[in-house]
Amino acid sequence: MINGRSERGTPPVEPVTLKILVAGGFGAGKTTLVGAVSEIRPLRTEESLTEAGRPVDDLGGVPDKRTTTVAMDFGRITLREDLVLYLFGTPGQERFWFMWDELSEGALGAVVLADTRRLADCFAAVDYFERRGIPFIVGVNCFEGTARYATDNVRQALDLDADVPVLLCDARDRESVKEILVGVVRHAMEQAATRRRAVTT
Amino acid sequence: MSGDGQPRKHWFDDEAGPVVRPYAMTRGRTTSAAQHRLDLIAVVVTEPDAGDPDADPTLVPEHTEIVGLCRTAPQSVAELAAELDLPIGVVRVLIGDLVHAGLVHVSRPVPPAELPDESILRDVINGLRAL
Repeated sequence: MINGRSERGTPPVEPVTLKILVAGGFGAGKTTLVGAVSEIRPLRTEESLTEAGRPVDDLGGVPDKRTTTVAMDFGRITLREDLVLYLFGTPGQERFWFMWDELSEGALGAVVLADTRRLADCFAAVDYFERRGIPFIVGVNCFEGTARYATDNVRQALDLDADVPVLLCDARDRESVKEILVGVVRHAMEQAATRRRAVTT
Repeated sequence: MSGDGQPRKHWFDDEAGPVVRPYAMTRGRTTSAAQHRLDLIAVVVTEPDAGDPDADPTLVPEHTEIVGLCRTAPQSVAELAAELDLPIGVVRVLIGDLVHAGLVHVSRPVPPAELPDESILRDVINGLRAL
């Protein structure tokens, strides 16, 4: 008997897609982290500068300046045929924050990568996620040769809420990055559970 | 062009920027007729019975490429933009055209402000651990 499949075979599975953001200052290891777990080499996509950034980028007097674009690195992890996780590195410069709004919409959560030599670089990201109620964890990237701060010191320095997890990590190490991502998902679940309790009581 | 069959050296180089400005492909449109803004991780799927996009004179080669790419495996908007090396805004308009033409459909990710089902999150954790 002829089976009912069309010539093209079964239609491709439409996966559920989720995203986690990777924020942190310049050089904190965002692209390295994405590359450590992504099944594709970190891809780069560009968004043309919109109105939001135009007043800052005055192109007057710079005739050969082309439209400014914001580049975003991202990676993909296929967890199952029908479940795909995307990681997006957020653009570093603060004037590109209009892109963050787009990126963070519907995001599962975020990692703020902290470099203990330049902790101040991640204040802005911490602030951003706190204000928008996006679940985030802080990953302290342990660069070789830097003093190992106790996570409590980092928590204090960043003035984090008690429930925000702070984990030490090595952005180059796949296992370490996996733990960080698991940490983000867990924290997102906990935050959701807390909110549900707040609604029902 | 010269008829001698010799490949001619381009008179421009990469520094000249794209030869066709990206939004020329969208005929200057920056938004799609479809009202919603496509999320970066919205997945584009070619309709199984999609005809030949080349047959439609209103479509540009980039449209055809999207239909082809999403026929074998569904692709997210971000992946398509990276693959075609086009700004996301342009890709969104092109996808909108294809949806309108009935060649592809878009499956949207979990709506913003709604966390996915707890069972999905558990699957994510287990999936990550199993990597």
